[in-house]
Amino acid sequence: MKNILLVLAVVVLYVLHQDIWFWRSARLVFGFIPIGLFYQGCFSVAAALLMWLLVTYAWPAHLEEEVEEANTGEDRSA
Amino acid sequence: MIPAIVVFLYLAIVLYIGIFAFRRAKGKEEAEDYFLASRSLGPFVFLFSLFGTNMTAFAILGSSGHAFSNGIVTFGLMASSSGLVIPLTIFLIGTRVWALGKKHGFMTPVQMFRDRWECSHIGTTIFVVQAVLLVPYIIIGIMGGGTTLYTISDGAVPFWFGGAIVAMVVMSYVFFGGMRGTAWVNTFQTVLFLCFGAIALIVIGVGMGGFRSAANAIQNSPMASLLTRERISPYYFFSYTFIPLSAIAFPHILIFCLTARKMAQFKKTVIFYPLCILAIWLPCVFLGVMANRVTDIPEIRQKQEARRVLATQGKNMAPEQRDELREKSAGDDVIMVLLKHYAPLWLAGLLGAGIMAAVMASDSQILALSTMFTEDVFAFYGGKTRFGEHVQVQTGRIFIILITLFAYIVALRAPETIFELAIQYAFSGYAALSPLLIAALFWKGSTKWGALAVTLWTAITVIAVAVLQSVVPAPAPGPATVLWAPGGVEVLSRTPGGTAVFGFMPVVPMVIGSALLMIFVSLATRKPASTTLAKYFGGR
Repeated sequence: MKNILLVLAVVVLYVLHQDIWFWRSARLVFGFIPIGLFYQGCFSVAAALLMWLLVTYAWPAHLEEEVEEANTGEDRSA
Repeated sequence: MIPAIVVFLYLAIVLYIGIFAFRRAKGKEEAEDYFLASRSLGPFVFLFSLFGTNMTAFAILGSSGHAFSNGIVTFGLMASSSGLVIPLTIFLIGTRVWALGKKHGFMTPVQMFRDRWECSHIGTTIFVVQAVLLVPYIIIGIMGGGTTLYTISDGAVPFWFGGAIVAMVVMSYVFFGGMRGTAWVNTFQTVLFLCFGAIALIVIGVGMGGFRSAANAIQNSPMASLLTRERISPYYFFSYTFIPLSAIAFPHILIFCLTARKMAQFKKTVIFYPLCILAIWLPCVFLGVMANRVTDIPEIRQKQEARRVLATQGKNMAPEQRDELREKSAGDDVIMVLLKHYAPLWLAGLLGAGIMAAVMASDSQILALSTMFTEDVFAFYGGKTRFGEHVQVQTGRIFIILITLFAYIVALRAPETIFELAIQYAFSGYAALSPLLIAALFWKGSTKWGALAVTLWTAITVIAVAVLQSVVPAPAPGPATVLWAPGGVEVLSRTPGGTAVFGFMPVVPMVIGSALLMIFVSLATRKPASTTLAKYFGGR
């Protein structure tokens, strides 16, 4: 279930990147940042948050364990 | 001349870092130490050097130039899409490649492919395609260095001499320092990039009398579309999200993934990557757009005039005239022009050093090519067994000298635009090679014949797009030239910026074609032995 939610979050963020809703808007946020640029800036922060979720909840720890096991095996045989 | 002196000082620091790394290696002549820094990079160096390796001259010069002509769309097109796709591929692919490298001692992607698919010459084919797509980067890095030194010194340092200095410095620290020196230099350069963006933003903002008035002026002018994404089609925007798939398929990035001491080092890189992109690209794109409001700098006015003439009279001009106007309207030097105008001399030098750091990102590609040559060709065809590891490292060093010399000679003779185009094709080419990695790591059923089909498809499509774009000249800004429309469906068009297939950039059919070829050819051919599959997938 956790993995499905994370995959869904990746897909949603990918769709949100297309940002067709501000395509033709030249409105300024805080009086100087174009809204389309502000949105994509916020999108980058959201991408960092998504990466944090992936690293926290879907980290492939088994790969590290496999490497450690392989290294321990090599040490023993040496 | 002061900015040029600051830049020379910067080059001396970079050289020192490389030589210091050489001394740190304490005369070790092991291939793994020279080419992979003994797989020992810590979290800080790993994050900044991996990020710096990916940031070429395009990040600073190209992004602001593209934004100057196309508006804020540049950020969504190239930066935020990379901020999602690149860390995702590092998370999914980079970590797995790291683990396999640690377990089985791989130093290049081709070594892994040869082992995974039980092949030899198909691996060599992949090596050739990867190498050919990588060489233009090295050439453009030297060209960028020569041009930057020429501009910063107001012509006192000629292009040939500036290019030679940059080539010598890069060659020296890669030659002596290997991966350790390259990683340290990249870390130093990335810190400079980050400082560069912030300082440039403040200095130029103050010089322009504040961004609020500049943004309002653009909003109320005929250039208001620069604050939107009107100048790019949604199909083109969507297509661009395929381009960052190339990052993980670049050999220098994948080889870099093998240098981490622990897998935990990937965590910070994956999380902070989108924020680093934000910190560098947002100021550059914003400044590129705002430069359109600067009316007191003649160079910028000339670019705007060339753009206007191209848009209004381009249709009636010869292709060569259009190309000339395109070159005149290009904004790649717009940040340099703004800095020269608004920053004090000493600061312009410091910021010039930041730009220099960007154009010198070819170090990792040189080292990657050397690693690939010595491992995938020299060692694979018996050189290491016959002559030993010490000779292998020395061969790698000689290769570095030869490839830098070759790149320098070509940089002096060929026009820059050729290699800029080649880099465009290379991005699409590497994106089309990404199914190789996904199939090798996640699909038991993939075969060497599927890998060969993907590699040949990539080579053929890259050549086809290059030939098409050289035979059919780019039309004037506006509607594309339709080349093939069976039954009224526009299949193939030549656009002002390149080629379109069903309205998408060529990278979309290239990646989809690669994926389909991998699937169908693999299904029709024999899988590797079960012992090989067990090595990669365990009991799964």
